[in-house]
Amino acid sequence: MSIFIDKNTKVVVQGITGRDGSFHSKQMMEYGTKVVAGVTPGKGGQKFEEQVPVFNTVADAVAATGANCSVIYVPPPFAADAIMEAAASGVQFIVCITEGVPVLDMTKVYPFVKERGVRLLGPNCPGLITPGESKVGIIPGRICTPGNVGVVSRSGTLTYEVVYQLTRAGIGQTTCVGIGGDPINGTNFIDCLAAFEKDPNTKAVAMMGEIGGTDEQEAATFVKEHMTKPVVGFIAGQTAPPGRRMGHAGAIISGSAGTAAEKIEAFQAAGIGVAKRPMDFVELIKARLK
Amino acid sequence: MNIHEYQAKEIIRGFGVPIPPGEIATTPEQAETIAKKYGTAVMVKAQVHAGGRGKAGGVKFCKTATDAKEKATAILGMQIKGLTVEKVLVTVAADIGSEAYVGIIVDRATKKPVFMVSAAGGIDIEQVAAETPDKILYVPVDVRYGLPMYDAMRMGFFLYSDLKLVRAAAKIMQQLYAAFMASGCSLAEINPLVVTPTGEMLAVDGKMVIDDNELDRLPNIAALRDESSEAPSEVAARHANLTFIKLDGDVGCVVNGAGLAMATMDLVKYYGGDPANFLDIGGSSNPEKVVNALKIITADPNVKAILFNIFGGITRTDDVANGIVTATKANPLKVPIVIRLTGTNEEIAMKILTENGFTASSDMDEAVQKAVALAKGGKAA
Repeated sequence: MSIFIDKNTKVVVQGITGRDGSFHSKQMMEYGTKVVAGVTPGKGGQKFEEQVPVFNTVADAVAATGANCSVIYVPPPFAADAIMEAAASGVQFIVCITEGVPVLDMTKVYPFVKERGVRLLGPNCPGLITPGESKVGIIPGRICTPGNVGVVSRSGTLTYEVVYQLTRAGIGQTTCVGIGGDPINGTNFIDCLAAFEKDPNTKAVAMMGEIGGTDEQEAATFVKEHMTKPVVGFIAGQTAPPGRRMGHAGAIISGSAGTAAEKIEAFQAAGIGVAKRPMDFVELIKARLK
Repeated sequence: MNIHEYQAKEIIRGFGVPIPPGEIATTPEQAETIAKKYGTAVMVKAQVHAGGRGKAGGVKFCKTATDAKEKATAILGMQIKGLTVEKVLVTVAADIGSEAYVGIIVDRATKKPVFMVSAAGGIDIEQVAAETPDKILYVPVDVRYGLPMYDAMRMGFFLYSDLKLVRAAAKIMQQLYAAFMASGCSLAEINPLVVTPTGEMLAVDGKMVIDDNELDRLPNIAALRDESSEAPSEVAARHANLTFIKLDGDVGCVVNGAGLAMATMDLVKYYGGDPANFLDIGGSSNPEKVVNALKIITADPNVKAILFNIFGGITRTDDVANGIVTATKANPLKVPIVIRLTGTNEEIAMKILTENGFTASSDMDEAVQKAVALAKGGKAA
């Protein structure tokens, strides 16, 4: 078992013929993901890598292949439209990898997606992977291994770092989810924690947050009130100066709000194990799996 | 991206918001000339990207043109939170009857632009929010419908009782909202929104923060960037497509990915060191990016040791290794370098580095400890 995706997930790639889209489509296919269709307007009728049919629209792709998940690699100016197209075309799950989507675009897209009952992951995220079954996005497959720890993070490479260390220590994962570093994203920590709580195979959760916003604080309250499974957390940006955007659009301390200290305090108050360094996850998770 | 007060006010004026007349001066003489032209009391206001300008002495009331020249002499060249004042806004001083606060931010919780209005204007809104939260009215806006008049009026009634003022305020709310959306803002505020003793409404101070992700499609807004008001190293980094933020420490950090970059800085601190910067070379990096990154880091005289921390996913570690070799051949390093890399093409990268006399490890913890020790002048463990 896993959350959001498994070996039966049928993926349509929006932007499959682009530079990033084609590279990562191949990687996903090599990993075993069922990539059933691609979409590039004007290239309908072609085949990607001589096997995946390309369509002009997501609606055409869904009608012809029964795709139920879309992954988006289109450039930022077109990302909002691509998300809306996917949501209107009947897929149930949309993963937007694109970085640099204007936040005001997201204020428009978010209600559009919600009203259609569709789940959006991202934008500006690495996607997700259910080791041994399927990956949608750009998380390197070889650093993961199947197991019983759920991983959720706002970051990309920091997630890889932690997952890699878990894997090396023999701790496998049910699903690793990158929710992305933007201020407005489709799926938050609570959505993932709730899904991990329900997933019978997940026995513990590793959560990587960062400065900015209150998503981690709300997640802590959720853990305290609704979770029976142990959670270990880390917050990046303890040395970040206030008022500066630390790479991720959402990683900014506004005034005195969104600091690492207040998030760590919320974790502690909720009984979440606090990893002081990324490498601390291994021991903290191990102790909770016993 | 931050823009100056005078630029923000110019934008909202374009949408109909009334502002007092004003002009920019870069010399005291210009300030005097502008003040003379208005023939009335003026404010001389430092134009820097920092809050608390008033408290720092960067905003002064001037009765006469001579006074304006004197005050401008003191303010120009002044340092406010580490930024040098290069220009001042000379603007007609408004008679103040009452002051209100009007702001819009993109709210992460509701995922909407949210208005914040308060009759307690002219002071720090965060302080009002913390101490007297009932003095602020929050009004979220569904961008698909815009700001409806009834919501604009509701905010007007929250601030004023005179119907004429309520209507005037409602109109300004809609104009500010239009400016906010059209300029790709993540924040826009009027603080204070002044009512003069004669009942005139004026935006006396304005502020806008632009979402960096909007700049490609808003060239007119992008052109407002004032590079003279930013740290030169940050300007150079932006031109090289790197995300760089200068800090006060001595361990120069080069990392791929924002989360890992922050975690690396934190780990430097954890082991008793101080990071000199945040630097994210991004996902699909090429050797040239590494060369530029090293140029920027080594330009900082505070840097006593350089730390590379690369987790190769999309980033190829051999690209990074080639970049290090190229950069250090052109400009030999004067400070020690510690390299940690793991992931995609790690074996090739290690080979490249070894052949060129570098050592590298694959352990993040170990590398950080070593860099901290070297920055302190100690020998690497």
